[in-house]
Amino acid sequence: MAFRAAFVTFPGSNCDRDMAVALEAISGTAPIRVWHGDADLPERLDFIALPGGFSYGDYLRSGAMAAHSPIMRAVKDAALRGVPVLGVCNGFQVLTEAGLLPGALMRNVGQTFICRTVPLVVENAQSLFTAGYRQGQEIRIPVAHHDGNYFADDATLDRLEGEGRVAFRYRETCNGSRRDIAGILNEAGNVLGMMPHPERAIEDDHGGTDGRALFESAVGGLVNA
Amino acid sequence: MKVRIHVSLKPGVLDPQGRAVHHALEGLGFSGVEDVRVGRLIEMEMAEGTSDEALDEMCRKLLANMVIENYRIEKLPRTEGAI
Repeated sequence: MAFRAAFVTFPGSNCDRDMAVALEAISGTAPIRVWHGDADLPERLDFIALPGGFSYGDYLRSGAMAAHSPIMRAVKDAALRGVPVLGVCNGFQVLTEAGLLPGALMRNVGQTFICRTVPLVVENAQSLFTAGYRQGQEIRIPVAHHDGNYFADDATLDRLEGEGRVAFRYRETCNGSRRDIAGILNEAGNVLGMMPHPERAIEDDHGGTDGRALFESAVGGLVNA
Repeated sequence: MKVRIHVSLKPGVLDPQGRAVHHALEGLGFSGVEDVRVGRLIEMEMAEGTSDEALDEMCRKLLANMVIENYRIEKLPRTEGAI
């Protein structure tokens, strides 16, 4: 059966096309574009992606306005029903602002926009997004953000670590994130937020393919389910 | 009714912006700056009779991120404060 994915375009999203291209390249089926103002998602979705960008111009806080846009109510409902949701970069910021993931993404500690390919360590290779990696595998994925400095209080960080919910960690300090966290899962494991851009790492021509396994995991996991 | 919402980072949350401003002030030769925290000021014109509960809810739902920020609500008498 075809892989039914949707991606949300907010005003100011700029990685939505990259996300769509990646999803189609890996799954063989073009994903459905959903607009921020839509109240409903298409039915029977296998996957929802919140792309990177600068939704609503990063007004107030990155992701704060998008988190309250009409479509997010439907995304929350879908996430609670267990539909896999991937938020990349601004998508991660939206997921934290919407309360689907704990913590917050603050201004990078060095104050600068960071745009480069960074080494990550796969900390949990058992989630539906990461099953295609090896535990502890080092991968290289691009980051491009100003507000990627992950913050949560110690109790939350301890819980995330204890429950295996840190999916990816920067191998070296990147943006000041507490415990070098680059990506986290929700409690049920069906929502992943990450600052690095796996959708920008699926073609050799673009500097690497380490992002493919993430989409392959999501697509393959559902095919096998 | 004029309302000012003061949003500030919680104590203990590292403030990269405040630190950069601190360094810049020192670079300009100002002495005696011991710490700088940068926050946000939101001014609103509200209908008379808006409840404190409603203002609180606005802060908690949108204006402040309770993971990292605190907020303080200041109501101004009509004659004071130009918005």
